[in-house]
Amino acid sequence: MSHYTSVTEEDRREMLAAIGLSSMEELFACIPEGVRLRRELDLPAGMAEQEVYEHLAALAARNRDADAEVTFMGAGMYDHYVPAIVDAVILRSEFLTPYTPYQPEVSQGTLQVMFEFQTAISELTGLPVSNASVYEGPSAVAAAGYMAKLETGRRKFVTSRGVHPHSRAALETHAAGFGSQVVETALDDHGATDAEALAAAIDDDTAAVFIQQPNFLGTVEELGAVAEAAKRTGALFVVAADPLTLGILEPPASFGADICVGEGQSLGNRLDFGGPSFGFFAASDKYIRRMPGRIAGETVDVDGRRGFVLTLQTREQHIRREKATHNICTAQALNALAGTVYLSWLGKQGIVELGKLMLQRTHYAREALGLEKINPGPVVREFAVRVPDLDGVMERAREAGVNPGYRLGRDYPELSDGLLVAITERRTKEQIDRLASLVHAEVAA
Amino acid sequence: MNAPVESGAGTRSDPRAGAIGASAGLNPREGEETLTLLQKSRRGRRAFVAPATDVPEVPIEELLPASAIRKEPAELPEASEPEIMRHFKTLSTKNFDLDTGFYPLGSCTMKHNPKLHERVAALAGHARLHPMQEPRYAQGALEVMWNLQVALAEISGLPHVSLQPSAGSHGELTGLLVTRAYHDARGEKRHKVLTPDTAHGTNPATVTMAGYEVVKIGTAEDGGVDLDALRAAANEDVACLMLTNPNTLGLFDRNIEEITKIVHDVGGTLYYDGANLNAVMGISRPGDMGFDIVHFNLHKTFTQPHGGGGPGAGPIAVSDRIEPFLPVPQVVRRDASQNGRELEFDLEYDRPQSIGKMRGFQGNFGVFVRSYAYICSLGAEGLKEVSETAVLNANYLKARLAEVDDLLPIAYDRTCMHEFVLSGRGAREQLGIKTLDIAKRLLDWGVHPPTVYFPLLVEEALMIEPTETEPKERLDYFADAVKAILEEAASDPEIARNAPYTTPVRRLDEAAAAKRPVVRQPRER
Repeated sequence: MSHYTSVTEEDRREMLAAIGLSSMEELFACIPEGVRLRRELDLPAGMAEQEVYEHLAALAARNRDADAEVTFMGAGMYDHYVPAIVDAVILRSEFLTPYTPYQPEVSQGTLQVMFEFQTAISELTGLPVSNASVYEGPSAVAAAGYMAKLETGRRKFVTSRGVHPHSRAALETHAAGFGSQVVETALDDHGATDAEALAAAIDDDTAAVFIQQPNFLGTVEELGAVAEAAKRTGALFVVAADPLTLGILEPPASFGADICVGEGQSLGNRLDFGGPSFGFFAASDKYIRRMPGRIAGETVDVDGRRGFVLTLQTREQHIRREKATHNICTAQALNALAGTVYLSWLGKQGIVELGKLMLQRTHYAREALGLEKINPGPVVREFAVRVPDLDGVMERAREAGVNPGYRLGRDYPELSDGLLVAITERRTKEQIDRLASLVHAEVAA
Repeated sequence: MNAPVESGAGTRSDPRAGAIGASAGLNPREGEETLTLLQKSRRGRRAFVAPATDVPEVPIEELLPASAIRKEPAELPEASEPEIMRHFKTLSTKNFDLDTGFYPLGSCTMKHNPKLHERVAALAGHARLHPMQEPRYAQGALEVMWNLQVALAEISGLPHVSLQPSAGSHGELTGLLVTRAYHDARGEKRHKVLTPDTAHGTNPATVTMAGYEVVKIGTAEDGGVDLDALRAAANEDVACLMLTNPNTLGLFDRNIEEITKIVHDVGGTLYYDGANLNAVMGISRPGDMGFDIVHFNLHKTFTQPHGGGGPGAGPIAVSDRIEPFLPVPQVVRRDASQNGRELEFDLEYDRPQSIGKMRGFQGNFGVFVRSYAYICSLGAEGLKEVSETAVLNANYLKARLAEVDDLLPIAYDRTCMHEFVLSGRGAREQLGIKTLDIAKRLLDWGVHPPTVYFPLLVEEALMIEPTETEPKERLDYFADAVKAILEEAASDPEIARNAPYTTPVRRLDEAAAAKRPVVRQPRER
């Protein structure tokens, strides 16, 4: 008997009788014998709730999570503090267990949250239109590419090598489907996008130009120079941004971004070994009918009362089918809710204060480490350094319960001794000093 | 059975006296004006208190170039924690949800979300694990993923699994991209993908995104694929057939073996849309039917909280010939003694024929934990019982609704699987109420309406999927509610036409919303 059903033997008899059948087997008579599975699935037997809990708890204990070490790991997801109010809200059944708000009269909670989410993303990015979420960061970059392709009919994407390697990979994978090519341009020797190289790669067949703010190495990019080059040929200018650092960084729209996308994990979502989090997708007004995904809009009911609905649905797959602007259906509504609650909690002043704190500590950490800087320019939360005997430092630090950061070698072979260090508001001066002493001890040894 | 309160035409009729319907409990429309938190903000209010700055402060102008420093702060809410909590709690009371009542949304498999799952997903070892953590420090997480892969392979009858795709539609796209890579590797150029006219909208949308052309295949008299149309369309140009089986009419295609043979014979791949897998676990497997690729909607069949529209996950399972093209990284298990490697589970990136990455990191791991817990709880026997009960519930409810067959005839009436489709044509013609009116009136009865106006080939469609979650009483209540709505409409159709009456808002002007879109709270200046 499964744990989560109500049907008893007696119910079953009554229900079969009402259907006009005499056995459960007859329910499946329409399935040809050749494709019937005439054995039990080869899976372990079911377990009691407490046994499942113990099993999962034992597995969880084999992971070294961010409570079990001091982590300076970032590279796309960050160890930010998630306030208790986020859990209090997202664990409410009324938010947790409904689906997409197809019936707006009984979904005003979800729909208004979408509207408030869109408002916050619009404020952070400076772009007037945001959707209600996409899957996550890198596939959001790919979605921006698809929109640019539909908009311009052009077949080429130019991306800075400072864009997250997973985003570039996802863009390339998706582009292979709809027949576009991706051209990557190098970073300069300060770990920033080489604006000239990027400009040189942009031509009349370029649908979109991609840059990330801050870039994968943590560098705060100069968006203005790149925007100009993109605009000259009519390509769309796409900025992949971290939404939390936009509290203190000038919004991409100020530099002429047509689309701003990004990974939303830093806004009140947990690490979860990479997901679920949410992606966001914002754009200029003129692209509102080209956007992917759900959008909530304001309206009134028959009594003139304010309400919200899913709007501009004629863009979407369930209406437009093969002519849809994207195939996305289920997105990340609950994670976007977590982001909305987080931004409400952080508030107008808090997001600036938090940004400044990260900025100060990041600056302090970079100086305290005293290593050769890969990106000596401005950074907000993350920076890259060269570490002599990186293997040794990593081992020693891990033994001491410190995770020094992300090794850049896999994604940037030319930086095989590179370490990417993330400093969130959770990393204290004391922890930073500890990392510095571990690094120095090893370098000296 | 409690009848709705007596009412005149066009006036409120509150039927919530019904024992189960009464539990709808949504906040009535009385009370305060609908404001966003931003509108409730007052300058200087706050919830966040910053940790003390413990490092020497450097002026921001020395750390960032002037052009990069934000000049105007983002207009985020300014509110205290109690007011933020009240705001979101109040919003929550305007939602109908699965923990409140019946939610027979066809094709969405709204089954109970076991509460254990939130607890195990929140364990620090899962929730606080960094995605870039080295595999040797993430063995437990990789084992969860590996075990889930093994289970999904067994359930689908296809041996290789990628957990990476983020949702069903993302799984579909992954499936067509591996199909493209497969044909490319064989030096074949194929342009077309076949989809039945009963397909979910995501199928054709995916076909376009993957760079293929959609060829629509019609539906035969018995609700299955039109074999003659399929034979006529099948040729060397066909890359793939995407099929949902049981299909969106809730019917198992009796010709499935012939269908897969026709497509294989012209060299195409077979894609199984797993949206309806809840009907056949332990009963029939896509791999045994001849499919090459299947996606799972973990948020449907393997119960994730639907979250108001996600998160989900859309893993795919594939046959041997497709395996080389799966996304990276793949979770692999190595023999601990092999080549002196000490890792048992690892992430494998060195896959030269892989299509690459569909998204960041390894996928929606938190979703995997929940679905894995579900499979552990139920085991082989429990999963099969889930499917049997889902099919029993659907057929029972279909039998109950056959009592109003004259007004809501069953589309393609034969034994259904986990769902079935009614046509509202009779009700429209004889009573003058549309499917939309029935759906809206159901809200007053405290149940969520079925999926409406899909599949497209059924006029005024109502697509009903009760799932295994529901006890017989709730199915009976729903059938009684539908009957009562039809009876009520026979004497006064205006009641349904103006429904709902008991919800936080009433019918909303969707046309106005689309005509002049307001998609954010305007700044008050």
